[in-house]
Amino acid sequence: MFRYIVRRLLQMVLAFFGTTLIVYALMFAGQGDPIQALAGERPVSEAQRAYLTEKFNLDHTGIGGFFYRYFDYIGNLLRGDLGDSLTGRKISDMLAQAWPVTMKLAVIGLLVAIVVGVTSGVIAGLRRGGIFDNATLALTLLVLGVPTIVLAPLAQYFLGVKLPLFPPTAGSDPSLYALLLPGIVLGSLSLATALRLTRTSVAENLRSDYVRTAKAKGMTTRRIVSVHVLRNSLIPVITFLGVELGNLMSGAIITEGVFNIPGVGFNLFRGIRTEDGPLVVGLVSVLVVVFLVSNLVVDILYAVLDPRIRYE
Amino acid sequence: MQVRRLAAWTALPLAATLGLAACGGGGDSGESDPNATVSVQIAEPQHLIPTNTNDSSGNQVLSALFTPLVDYDAQNKPYEVAAESVSSTDNTLWTIKLKDGYTFHNGEKVTSDSYINAWNYGAYAPNGQGNSYFFEKIAGYEDLQAKDPDGEGPQKAPEPKAKTLTGLKKVDDLTFTVTLAKPYSEFKTVLGYTAWYPLPAAAFSAPGVIKDGFEDAPIGNGPFKIKGSWQHDAKVEVERYDAYVGEKPKIGGAEFRIYQQLTAAYADVLSDNLDVDVTVPTENLSTAATDLGDRFQQSPASSFQFVAFPTFQDDFSKPEVRKAVSMAIDRDEITKSIFKDSQISARSFVSPVVAGYRDDSCGEACEFDPTKAKAAYEAAGGPKQIKITYNGDGGHKDWVDATCNQLKTNLGVDCVGAAEPKFSDLLTKVEDKQPVGLIRMGWLMDYPSMENYLGPLYTTNGSSNYYGYSNPEFDRLVQEGTVASSADEAVKKYQQAEDILAKDMPVIPLRFGQNVFAHSTKVKNVEVDLFQVVDMTKIEVVS
Repeated sequence: MFRYIVRRLLQMVLAFFGTTLIVYALMFAGQGDPIQALAGERPVSEAQRAYLTEKFNLDHTGIGGFFYRYFDYIGNLLRGDLGDSLTGRKISDMLAQAWPVTMKLAVIGLLVAIVVGVTSGVIAGLRRGGIFDNATLALTLLVLGVPTIVLAPLAQYFLGVKLPLFPPTAGSDPSLYALLLPGIVLGSLSLATALRLTRTSVAENLRSDYVRTAKAKGMTTRRIVSVHVLRNSLIPVITFLGVELGNLMSGAIITEGVFNIPGVGFNLFRGIRTEDGPLVVGLVSVLVVVFLVSNLVVDILYAVLDPRIRYE
Repeated sequence: MQVRRLAAWTALPLAATLGLAACGGGGDSGESDPNATVSVQIAEPQHLIPTNTNDSSGNQVLSALFTPLVDYDAQNKPYEVAAESVSSTDNTLWTIKLKDGYTFHNGEKVTSDSYINAWNYGAYAPNGQGNSYFFEKIAGYEDLQAKDPDGEGPQKAPEPKAKTLTGLKKVDDLTFTVTLAKPYSEFKTVLGYTAWYPLPAAAFSAPGVIKDGFEDAPIGNGPFKIKGSWQHDAKVEVERYDAYVGEKPKIGGAEFRIYQQLTAAYADVLSDNLDVDVTVPTENLSTAATDLGDRFQQSPASSFQFVAFPTFQDDFSKPEVRKAVSMAIDRDEITKSIFKDSQISARSFVSPVVAGYRDDSCGEACEFDPTKAKAAYEAAGGPKQIKITYNGDGGHKDWVDATCNQLKTNLGVDCVGAAEPKFSDLLTKVEDKQPVGLIRMGWLMDYPSMENYLGPLYTTNGSSNYYGYSNPEFDRLVQEGTVASSADEAVKKYQQAEDILAKDMPVIPLRFGQNVFAHSTKVKNVEVDLFQVVDMTKIEVVS
């Protein structure tokens, strides 16, 4: 078990550097003229161009230039310096500011998915073919079909502006309440998938041998469902939700824009738009770490849920 | 089982820290007097150092923190604000007298040095200030620039010869002189721009070096001082500066709230969550009037939209071809159907907001006449295919496609709109002289003068003349205008120059912009000026 975790952690280091290299390379390949991209449609003065070119080593081009800049970046990273973004702000400050709010948003989304999705999924699975089951199936189909880019502005308009239940935007230092609507919008997609996964899984496990045995032993239905069925049904759901945490954070680009939350999604979008390689790599690196850690947690949780799974 | 328990207990805290590290920090807005502060929509400013700020969001914040030497009246003529007088007898040697009593927010007195130091900092090339070019008319500017040693991408640039402009001389604490390299009649007009704000001694950690972190809490000489510091991507808060001697604002403070998307700001202003939304998004224009009533307003702006011909390409080298293309475009139709009249059809090469503007200076070439256009186009042998290249990130697709459709119908040519991801990609292609066809362009002025349109856009070495238009006669007239002895004289020369443009048609004027803004029910007297900046001294809170 211990060796398993150490091995996984070592793999994570490799994966981390691998992804930063790939992302940095992609940013570098897609790079046109970052100084002009920063200035928008305004002419860039010669003095400013010279200043920025020197500061960010932009005169190093081609393959050699890529490795020069990448190793320069990694070197600084190992010294604990993430460098400056093209606008002159410390990337570490930007990360420190962007991550917490996105994390909050993603956790709210995930909680909504777990609480609503798993509960309804269990109910639907227990009463397969009933009204509740059919209604949720139809509803989730609808949610899965509507993209966030449509869902978010609609929710904002109807629940924020027309029927002012929630504040229309959350802002930079939002209360939990202000984050609720964007969180629900963000989590609705995972909610739908989690519900369907749980439903199928529960329905299947209800027909399994050990449930029949438990029934034969005269156990109460409540105990059968809560201890035997649910525990085994949660394995695919946990797998899905673990990976989904990372997806929720990277998928916040649209939701954060609509609800004006200055988190990772927005910064990522801006970084790509202004060809700000180090900023994008910085954001993505943390995202990679989140993915890796949540996957590790999921893998370890398997053993808790299913005694048959062991680690070497 | 033991091991598995252990695993669960290690896994859960991991999961919990992932989630909980994010929590904490509440949503307490902490405003002491909500009735007297207003919130204004901006985007994240790029910089808050005056000599490095040229985006409208940065200008908005700085306009609250700083008071300019001159401002512009209703006719867009300059009048003194922080300056007592700006005068010159020969348009070369300018004497600037400052009003007494102005102080910076740290109590420091505003003196001649505050201006001289700030401008020297801005002009010195290694500081990389975006507004550096504003100082190029001052004597000695050349010596502050570093010459590129090999002329081919900057190697390590050498130190410039000088660190300060020879043209700036202190006379006494409240008087200084500016010597220009060449006479320039409209120097006073230029002084209204952001780049010319003063900086306190506290801004510098050493002579010519701005202190780290000054940008996050700039100290100005204006009606408001910064409250706390610039909270990146979130907001900049300011409060009234009580020792301010100029026109006092009618509010206690303001919050410049940073929005990433225009639609979010619009949703907020609809529900009174935001007081001033400076830009109503295009997709909401059709409903804004019904949604907001008289809280939805328009005012003149300086923006100018046009398409330019790459005059170096054979296809578009003949003025007749360019004229015919222009005549085949029905501008009114597009401003109406696509922009819902939030922009105005353009038939001149400078914006209506500057002195010397004439209606229809473009003449026949900007009149919609499809029959004549087609005949002229065929007679001049225009290309069978036209491409309009634009940047895809600016919401230009709709009108470019509409323009193309008009050209298809009216000229019988094949026309396509080609999107480049970003404006910089478009520029790269133009600089490499690739066949991009017509190029979409836009211009916002820096100061209200015809010269600010004619110089950068159409002179041979103009900073934004990407399309290679060059006419020595035109250059000469603009040059004569800038050195003219009076503003009226200058305008005459500029108008003659504009007449040449009407003959050559290097670009097709399409539309002049308007500010389309909205405000909440809590505020009144909301005015948005030519630079898209809300006048923070006029705005009032409805009690």
